[in-house]
Amino acid sequence: MKIAEDSPPVLTALDRPNSYLGRSVPRPNLNRLTQGRGQYVSDVVLPRMSHVAFVRSPHAHARIVTIVTEKARQSPGVIAVVTGAELAKVMTPWVGVLTHLKGLKSAPQAPIAIERACWQGEAVCAVVARTRAEAEDACELVEIAYEELLAVTDPEAALDANTPVIHASLGDNLCFERKLDVGSVDSAFGESEAVVEATFRFGRHTGVTNEPRAIVADWNEGEQRMTVYQGTQAPHMMQNLFAKHLGLAEHQVRVLTKDVGGSFGIKVHTYADEMATVALSKLLKRPVKFVADRIESFVTDIHARDHRIKAKIGVSKDGTITAFEIDDLTGIGPYSVYPRTSGIEANQIVNLVGGPYKCPNYRAQARVVFQNKNVMCQYRAVGHPIAVAVTEGLVELAAAKIGMDPLELRRRNLIPDDAYPTQSAAGLKFELLSHHEALAHLDSMMNYAGLRAEQKKLREQGVYRGIGFASFIEVTNPSAAFYGVGGARITSMDGATVKLDAQGGIIVHTGVTEQGQGAEAVVAQCVASSFGVPIDRVRVITGDTDNTPYGGGTWASRAAGIGGEAAWQAGKALRENVLAVAGAMLQAKPEELDIRKGIVVDKASGTERLPLEELARVAYFRPDTLPPGFQAELMATRHYVPRAWPFAFTNGIQASYLEVDVETGFVKLLKHWCVEDCGTIINPQLVDEQIRGGVVQGIGAALFEHCIYDERGQLLNGNMADYLVPMAAEMPDIECGHVVSPTADSELGAKGAGEAGTAGAPGSVMNAINDALRPLGAAPLTDMPFTPDKILRALGKV
Amino acid sequence: MSDHAVEVSMIVNGERLRQRVDPRRTLVDFLREDLALTGSHVGCEHGVCGACTVRVNGEIVRGCLMLAVQCDGAEVETIEGLSDSGEVADLQSAFEQRNALQCGFCTPGMITAAQDLLKRSARVPSRDAIRNHLSGNYCRCTGYHAIVDAVEAVAQQRASGRK
Repeated sequence: MKIAEDSPPVLTALDRPNSYLGRSVPRPNLNRLTQGRGQYVSDVVLPRMSHVAFVRSPHAHARIVTIVTEKARQSPGVIAVVTGAELAKVMTPWVGVLTHLKGLKSAPQAPIAIERACWQGEAVCAVVARTRAEAEDACELVEIAYEELLAVTDPEAALDANTPVIHASLGDNLCFERKLDVGSVDSAFGESEAVVEATFRFGRHTGVTNEPRAIVADWNEGEQRMTVYQGTQAPHMMQNLFAKHLGLAEHQVRVLTKDVGGSFGIKVHTYADEMATVALSKLLKRPVKFVADRIESFVTDIHARDHRIKAKIGVSKDGTITAFEIDDLTGIGPYSVYPRTSGIEANQIVNLVGGPYKCPNYRAQARVVFQNKNVMCQYRAVGHPIAVAVTEGLVELAAAKIGMDPLELRRRNLIPDDAYPTQSAAGLKFELLSHHEALAHLDSMMNYAGLRAEQKKLREQGVYRGIGFASFIEVTNPSAAFYGVGGARITSMDGATVKLDAQGGIIVHTGVTEQGQGAEAVVAQCVASSFGVPIDRVRVITGDTDNTPYGGGTWASRAAGIGGEAAWQAGKALRENVLAVAGAMLQAKPEELDIRKGIVVDKASGTERLPLEELARVAYFRPDTLPPGFQAELMATRHYVPRAWPFAFTNGIQASYLEVDVETGFVKLLKHWCVEDCGTIINPQLVDEQIRGGVVQGIGAALFEHCIYDERGQLLNGNMADYLVPMAAEMPDIECGHVVSPTADSELGAKGAGEAGTAGAPGSVMNAINDALRPLGAAPLTDMPFTPDKILRALGKV
Repeated sequence: MSDHAVEVSMIVNGERLRQRVDPRRTLVDFLREDLALTGSHVGCEHGVCGACTVRVNGEIVRGCLMLAVQCDGAEVETIEGLSDSGEVADLQSAFEQRNALQCGFCTPGMITAAQDLLKRSARVPSRDAIRNHLSGNYCRCTGYHAIVDAVEAVAQQRASGRK
């Protein structure tokens, strides 16, 4: 392990001449985005394209008595008005369960509600018209009679005997339950010097991708093929699901994903309105486009993080953590989301609490219940921000209680850097982490001692600043253990096909997708390095199920670690193929040749022998001049899937420095630091920008973001004026640092970095606020988001 | 198009046009759907996110809060025009070098807003001033730090170029 410099030296095993690994190479194709010449799905226009708008339930729970569509059908521009019952003839329903989450249950969900609407915003009727405006006009004319049913909105009451059961066929409102009891929790608490208990609450919030969900489905009746342009993270998964529920073979469905205006886990799920759009195209035999407007996004994009956790920590006099205990309750809406389910978030929380620490005693209970609100599912850093905030909140409350510095308490409890391989109390397997080195790096990077001195001095002047930390672990590079073993057709594998073109250029097709994180750059860097060409000769193609190797796409921080390794291996394989051609042309041994900067050279001396342009010319146009029986193979495919470890865990630590205005309750963020260890860093700039973007998303959760529902299940702030997101003026500069502990499971050694920022930011901000207010005797704040009114209440001012 | 459509004339990215448009058509829908200028994006339709930021008669406006008919007789500039004229080439280059964009959906609006700030004054704005000026443009990907870096770098380049 070592601290990475700004431009870390390339690791020796990967150190090829003209290597791009470890360099901040700018992403290819950014110019089209800065010039406004990208192609997002919302930009796609096809011949005969129609637009769908949905009439959505105004009630959280209601029986649909009648739907009268006559007036709507006669509205100008209208092509069709389609109800759930009519669409059910084209598309089968789905159930979001995974077999490895034992006992998880859900009810069948249809693309458009049939007989009953189960949340405010569920689509009840579709109107297809020549333009979106005409479709919306006609939506106003659809007459629907509802019989309002009692809405289940409070998770605490969802399992009570007198609460209505949302899906009678399921018997109760319990979706999933998990219990864990490791070590001797009760005796550990009994022998503790101090036990701290707190109830943490996390406001339900959502991804707010800048481009809303968008899809264009084009059923060609002549070809019997469905082409879907979709802003998705997982084209092959969606290909499978569209085919399955339309009764088609997978090869009859092509999913195309070009530019995507932000994903963050929002665009990796099955959405009823998107399934309906695909089914409508099949029904109407023409392209149908759906772009969610912002209000639709708020009531239908998956929500996340709505958890209430009662938590407890024990510490001994010397600061040793003796035990953790949590009781998690979460309401996930009326359906478990298909196909990844809505049980994963709670399951992750159970897995991750206490994860950085060597404490062997841990008890957890999690209950996931149905309710009549929009569905919840996996959003960036699934479960991590909650598990980290609970763990780190407890750690700092315990440190305060026994009067120990919070970093010192961590030093005494974090798993030692020389203890690997090891596993956590919850059973997570760690190959190699670096908690202590990361902590030491953070300590010096932020000048902790200096900040404490400044904080003390300012307190005497009535200025209340706080410093808060959060150590964390992050799940990345998932193997089949995440979804495949549970029966979902979501591959953990990814592939890359690398081809030498006739001018010596390189075309790469990859199964991972570009959501703006820079996957194309990482794949290009890997291939350019392992094959041996300047990076500007590499073109990367993503997001086309007809043309790219089968792959999982982009989620759970897998694109660089898994897709990058496949690309690296494919580049190597093509190099061997090309050197075989060079050997034949030069009458040399291929193993004594190499490719550097696009030129075949003598490996030992570096003497230039043959430009790739000339090799390609001969191989493609004058193969007759090659030795008899020799066949040039100028395309190679390699796949990679992690096998040795279920997940490549990463680790890190964040710190927040902020000031609380004790008169107004406003929090001013002054600075934020994050040190993380994602193994081999392929592109330092892209890693840092993943961290920074993730941190700000986590800050949003800590301070602003909240989908506020009333007791009848009505979302009260479904627009961007009332639902607050982080904007530039309120955000701090964010400093990043790195420790490098590569995984030995791949040659590259890269782990993921997409979720570290979001995982640790809310906990560190919470701890900093409580650190700022501690001298004023305020009760600890544990109810996110920490809005000014909550802070003033904690201070007893309102 | 409804019976209420009215004729408007405007100059868009230097091209003179006359077109019939529904009075309810927003400027950004007009640009995207009638003129196929898809570089201006629709994010919130509420005037909050700034993805639809364009320039009308030299001032930046929200394309979702202005109707196309209000632009009758106006000069409208979008990211396509600003790109082709080279006016924001240095900002675009800095955004690319600094990775000040990820998904890129906010970027045309962000660059248009940044150019507005840099045009107003020859002095290099502080990071706080940059953050304040861009506070009407939502970016979910970057966390803003890289955007502030890129704008600051261009401000310094332009200031030193003027010396």
